[in-house]
Amino acid sequence: MELYVSEFSKYVIALLIALYTYESFAVFRFKEEDRRRGIYTRQAILMFALHFSCFIVICFETGDILYLFFYAFQQIVLYAAATLYRLLYSKSNRLLVNNMCMLLSIGFIILTRLSYEKAIKQFIIATGSLVIALVIPFFVHHFKFLKNLKWIYAVVGLLALGIVLILGQTTYGSKLSYSIAGITFQPSEFVKIIFVFFIASALYAAADFFEIFTTAVIAAGHVIILVCSKDLGSALIFFVVYILMVYIASGKIRYMFLGICGGGVAAIVAYQVFTHVQVRVQAFKDPWSVIDAAGYQITQSLFAISSGGWFGLGLYNGTPQSIPFVEADFIFSAIAEELGIIFAVCIILICVSSFIMIMNISIQLKDRFYQLTAFGLGITYIFQIFLTIGGGTKFIPLTGVTLPLISYGGSSILTTLILFAITEGLYMIREEEVLLEQKRKKSKRRRRMITQRTAVTEIMDLDEGETLDNETEIID
Amino acid sequence: MITKQKSLTEKKKKNKTSKQITGITIFFTCLFLFLCGYITHYSVTHKQELINNSYNGRQQMLLAQNRRGSILSANGEILAQTVLNDEGDEIRDYPYGNLFSHVIGYSTNGRLGVEAQANYYLINSNAPLSEKAALDIKGEKYPGDTVITTLDANLQQVASTALGVYKGAVIVTNPTTGEILAMVSKPDFNPEEIESIWDELVSDKDSSILLNRVTQGLYPPGSTFKIITALEYIRQNPESYSNYNYQCTGTIVKGEDRIQCYHGSVHNGVDFRKSFAKSCNTSFANIGLSLDKNQFSDSLKDLMFGEELPLTVPYSKSSVNVSEDISTADMMQVSIGQGTTSITPIHLNMITSAIANKGMLMKPYVVSKVKNSVGNVIKTFEASSYKRLLTEEEAMALSNLMSSVVTDGTASRLNGLAYTAAGKTGSAEYGTIKGDSHAWFTGYAPVENPEICVTIIIEGAGAGGDYAVPIAKRIFDAYFGV
Repeated sequence: MELYVSEFSKYVIALLIALYTYESFAVFRFKEEDRRRGIYTRQAILMFALHFSCFIVICFETGDILYLFFYAFQQIVLYAAATLYRLLYSKSNRLLVNNMCMLLSIGFIILTRLSYEKAIKQFIIATGSLVIALVIPFFVHHFKFLKNLKWIYAVVGLLALGIVLILGQTTYGSKLSYSIAGITFQPSEFVKIIFVFFIASALYAAADFFEIFTTAVIAAGHVIILVCSKDLGSALIFFVVYILMVYIASGKIRYMFLGICGGGVAAIVAYQVFTHVQVRVQAFKDPWSVIDAAGYQITQSLFAISSGGWFGLGLYNGTPQSIPFVEADFIFSAIAEELGIIFAVCIILICVSSFIMIMNISIQLKDRFYQLTAFGLGITYIFQIFLTIGGGTKFIPLTGVTLPLISYGGSSILTTLILFAITEGLYMIREEEVLLEQKRKKSKRRRRMITQRTAVTEIMDLDEGETLDNETEIID
Repeated sequence: MITKQKSLTEKKKKNKTSKQITGITIFFTCLFLFLCGYITHYSVTHKQELINNSYNGRQQMLLAQNRRGSILSANGEILAQTVLNDEGDEIRDYPYGNLFSHVIGYSTNGRLGVEAQANYYLINSNAPLSEKAALDIKGEKYPGDTVITTLDANLQQVASTALGVYKGAVIVTNPTTGEILAMVSKPDFNPEEIESIWDELVSDKDSSILLNRVTQGLYPPGSTFKIITALEYIRQNPESYSNYNYQCTGTIVKGEDRIQCYHGSVHNGVDFRKSFAKSCNTSFANIGLSLDKNQFSDSLKDLMFGEELPLTVPYSKSSVNVSEDISTADMMQVSIGQGTTSITPIHLNMITSAIANKGMLMKPYVVSKVKNSVGNVIKTFEASSYKRLLTEEEAMALSNLMSSVVTDGTASRLNGLAYTAAGKTGSAEYGTIKGDSHAWFTGYAPVENPEICVTIIIEGAGAGGDYAVPIAKRIFDAYFGV
């Protein structure tokens, strides 16, 4: 019976996620959120079905029905989060909410399979984070002073990273975190968001040479501290976010080239100076020759990815635990092994659809500060995904960052949820802008109509009541 | 007016920004599509290679779940299977003992042969779901898939028996398909005993028992190399090669260097065909000296000397050294397959097969099908051509030369039989003692429509015509049922 369930469910699960992925791109066919309602409902149903079938498989494979309770809690929290969002913010973007819930539920599924203990921890953190994330759009929406805090962002960011460098705990060769009251923080995660706000607030008014220079100094400060902490992945994210934001703020491609050249030189210097950079590059170029040492993780990850096939080996039928840190940096490989390549590719596409939506919001925002913020957050999000998936599949050298919303890690999940929540806030600002714009246009039109009308009435002496009706219609 | 202009420039700027953001969005989207393609491609193409890596724990997982599948001959005889012993432990059983030692190989203490090549199929199970479910209930393992080879147990037996106690190698293929029908390397071993003899084999540095002489043994080709010298002479003199004439006195002297015919024979007046049929060393040294070295070097590269062979099992690369500045002595040695020239039996078999197959080399292969426990075919390996080694005309000319070796030359023991055969003998001298030689034969039958191609080497036996040709005859006889 288990065998039939696990074999049959493979195809069902692949189909469900494929349909969901399709819907998350079908969204872009319509401009108005109203017309997307059908799609969102279908997505919600598919998400529910997928989440449920995966947990049924988990119950069958482990023979433990208690997992269904855990599932029920997850379902309640995710459902509550999605519903509350809709109720509190009638103007929220539901694609982002849906994708957020979908990726979270995939994270819960694979973490439950890998380590029940960690899954529970993750679930508690995610629940708390969702609560925090729920109020964030309100702040973003109403706190107009956010764009004036440039130097505060810079100081807080540098300080947070600097403290880790000096006082932080060393985890596996990298200084990433420190503990306050028993809770371990990984500040580089949160600083990513603060950094985007810093660049946006510095450059939104005028991206002149002086501003770009001062931001470059601060940005370089961030990156250097991270490289010294051996957190190469985050360093790279900060760097890419910086040069792309400067490009958009200034509109000049030469700044981007300059940045890339500077980054190239810095990378070469880093390669010469830091042995941990050399080790990473060596492990990328030929992991098989150092399979016992630096190449161990990546080769184990490649074994996992290549063993799943299109539909995967099925939950609990693979050996993803053979990859060190599978729950954090290599969760994608575990998914590819047990849920299959189709599933893995769909996850990538869901992330891309979220990214496109964030970029879409950025394009439509009139306010320069908000536009830059949305853009920066989008790049932060997608580039991190590129680093973790590309690194785990030997597409690029390994840098060791988490897969947002899926990987195990409290700081990562909280940061990503905040990132999504801020984007929701920006989306609401944009909706408001659109509304204002429409109003302005309408009032303009009305004014024109009125002048026309007076001209017409003077000549033709039309019936008053009729034109008044027209007018109310326009204002409405 | 001013405000209007300002709002216009702002609009322009806004438009530009939109375009730039769109550009970056498209860039990242394409990057991720490429990444998706890469991941899919990588996982599909590396599946087998990676599962065979000893660092991959998934092998153990599959073996815990599935019973290693059987390996069968082309006719369905079991060559390897996993059975339970009296204690209920799994053991790998090789019903033919030593007979298939190198070609089938072993699967403990590392892997060799088909056990290594087809490991992926053997440890996976495509048994029907219902059968798996039934086995689950019984708490038994699933049956791994069955691998069917191209091997002919009868030919393998004949070849092995004929080689007897000699060290050496025999490879039998179908030149039109590339199917390997038999592959014998001696000394051999019993794969069932590999665990108990392992330490002894590994500690003895001189032991070459585990070496598959067919693919890894490098031997001086001796006179069999005259096939290649003759081919090059035909290539360089396409119109006039048949007009070649030479007066053999048993010795050719160039300066201080001399070449003698085998066992002091004197062939007197010989033309091209007779030089080949009688395997006249002096005449071929003379032919070799007339060749354009650069062209010859290119041809040798084309014939895969010093190059990769289309094989998936471990093999050695053959080598030959012909260059512009080669000395006369070396050139004469090369022309008759002596000196530093070395070749593997399988490589010589490939060249012979290509001649038999009108110039086209088929990829040699030994695994033909994979079936599941109920006999449904999971995968079929088709015959495929590798590359053209020589033109049809060249193949025809060489075929005629090789026929005359049988009709009135060194392989006359194959003359006047129920089938026609063609080939070339060789007696490759090795070491420093004059007269010690490996016996070679490479050839095929029937000449008109080749079905079977054999290459034989017997280490230190003597003349190819005396020792290797009789083995070829026994193999041909067995194949044609006479």
